[in-house]
Amino acid sequence: MAKLRYAEALNTALREEMTRDPSVFLFGEDIGTYGGVFKVSKGLMEEFGEIRVRDTPISEQALTAMAVTAAMTGTRPVLEIMYADFLPLSLDALINQASIYEYIWKEQVQMPFVLRTQGGGGAGAGAQHSKALDALVAHIPGLQVVAPVTPSDARGLLKAAIRDPRPVIFLEHKLLYNTRGEVDLEDEGLIEIGKARTVTEGTDVSIFATSKMVIEAEKAATLLAADGISAEVIDLRSLRPLDAAAIQLSVAKTNHAVVVNEGWKFCGYAAEISATIMELCFDDLDAPVARVTLPDMPVPYSQPLEDAVLPNAEKIAAAARATLG
Amino acid sequence: MKNSPSLDDQVEMYRKMILVRRLEEAFGALSKEGKTRGPIHRCDGQEAVGVAATAMLGADDYLTSTHRGHAHYVGKGVDLHGIAAEILGRSTGLCGGRAGHMLVADVEKGMIGGNAIVGAGIPAATGMALSNQVLGNDRVAMTIFGDGASQTGIWHESLNMAALWKLPVVYVLEHNEYGLTVHSSRQGPTEDLSTRAAAYGIPTAIVDGNDAIAVYRAVAEMVDRARRGEGPGFVECKTYRWEGFSTSDMGGYQDPETIAEWKKRDPIEIARAALSGHIEDAKLDVVRTQAEEEVQAAMARALADPLPEFEECAYTRPYSEVL
Ligand SMILES: Cc1ncc(C[n+]2csc(CCOP(=O)(O)OP(=O)(O)O)c2C)c(N)n1
Ligand SMILES: [Mg+2]
Repeated sequence: MAKLRYAEALNTALREEMTRDPSVFLFGEDIGTYGGVFKVSKGLMEEFGEIRVRDTPISEQALTAMAVTAAMTGTRPVLEIMYADFLPLSLDALINQASIYEYIWKEQVQMPFVLRTQGGGGAGAGAQHSKALDALVAHIPGLQVVAPVTPSDARGLLKAAIRDPRPVIFLEHKLLYNTRGEVDLEDEGLIEIGKARTVTEGTDVSIFATSKMVIEAEKAATLLAADGISAEVIDLRSLRPLDAAAIQLSVAKTNHAVVVNEGWKFCGYAAEISATIMELCFDDLDAPVARVTLPDMPVPYSQPLEDAVLPNAEKIAAAARATLG
Repeated sequence: MKNSPSLDDQVEMYRKMILVRRLEEAFGALSKEGKTRGPIHRCDGQEAVGVAATAMLGADDYLTSTHRGHAHYVGKGVDLHGIAAEILGRSTGLCGGRAGHMLVADVEKGMIGGNAIVGAGIPAATGMALSNQVLGNDRVAMTIFGDGASQTGIWHESLNMAALWKLPVVYVLEHNEYGLTVHSSRQGPTEDLSTRAAAYGIPTAIVDGNDAIAVYRAVAEMVDRARRGEGPGFVECKTYRWEGFSTSDMGGYQDPETIAEWKKRDPIEIARAALSGHIEDAKLDVVRTQAEEEVQAAMARALADPLPEFEECAYTRPYSEVL
């Protein structure tokens, strides 16, 4: 076992897949010479050359459309979009191009590309560099969306995403890159897309969380344990396809559910999970599903303001207590 | 020479460049001490562009900026303490700490605003020019943006429409050779980016961006044309970024010798040299000292100001309640 930083685990996955498959190539802003602003592609341009690891101009709209068609014609592109806040620029390529072709062209094409990006707040980066726009991409049929939290999951899901025949949006979080965790480099470590991960087992309330919010949910579980409440924390990990079976199993056990996502509430990712629980687990529920999200507003810059709006362990614990009545 | 700044204009530009430089240095030092939040994008060595390009604008002319906007803000007459306090996230900041250093706006001064989506300031100013044309006023909109931003699609789309509709907008390219960590030669095939503006039939000029007088003259001509209803203009200012991309930059990709070469061409020194012989050194020293004191006072006041408290407003209430 090796103890790796999240960024290193991603770097390892990229290196492994590029070594295994010469059709895998990377492109994006500042990923080459500098190795990426979060250093995820560090050393890869030196190792694989400038054709396969390419610095690009600031052209997200075109880059995303190019990833779609490069993937359609024999390569496996991994495109880095530096901040999730820039995803709106990629949306036409995702919604009107990537999502439709395989179906409307009767399975004549597939698009095995990965779009890596990172979102979320807590770094004082302001309203245009702090958003979690999970719902925006998870809304699109034909795309898979994953959001690993641990270094081991980061490596395993990235490798699986690169090998997958269909598009995968790979969501990272800026405050995860320096977190450390065990990674078994002896093992191929592939993680099936579409499977949730049970972080902590519990019996009183299920907390379904995504990305960095899983860490907050774990802290919330500790706070709740002090009050004698047993919380089960589930890392959804694969935002789409969703592991509905894992959700059902957990709610059948606890009869209470809290959904945590760092995006907006209205039409947000937590709304989808909440509706899914209502559809699948109505008879198991003893209380309405609670949502803990960003309020429907921009992420402010100043520390006390940003702290006030971001979901955190205390807010999650309070929501759990409230559902338990 | 036509469109030349008066001596008073020159002194004012000299003063404002010193304000910006000292502000950048103060923030650089604070950031090293861990007393700032988030990345700060300094513009040391590039002050002449933002300060001189905006020197002939009135408060009712519009300006849009970038993530590296401190010289643009100061040039447009935005209050120094308000800027410093906003960067420090204080309640007394121009936007009460909501915006932070990349997104400062001061509508009364026509500064609307900083923008951290690269390229987004370009259609923003173009839209303001459209508004000016519809309203039939004689205001001009200006946008200052980087070489990196010049690679975006909206750059082209905006320039095309501005030229097509003869909009009163002036495009000022602050070419500092880098888009984040990537040199401009690796972002586009041509050295001069204004050739692309020329392709849309827009008059262009290329100037030494470290020479405030040269920037002023070229931009003033474009502003006059735009105000007369003759359509957009484009000025490419060649300069160089002395400091890293931001306070988070780990460096390693800029050649120290190139930085040293550019530092020999400090825009503040060039402005000062142009004034000597016309204005006594002692007087210019007073200007400099007063500017330095102004920065110190603004920073000290901002640092002592309170952080904001989270306030209730339409935005902070649940959407369902606001509907
Ligand atoms: C749409 C978008 N893509 C990428 C970024 C990340 N980014 C911020 S500044 C920058 C480089 C901008 O270069 P330039 O326009 O030359 O401005 P400079 O930093 O040199 O002032 C990049 C890539 C961003 N903020 N917005
Ligand atoms: Mg630049």
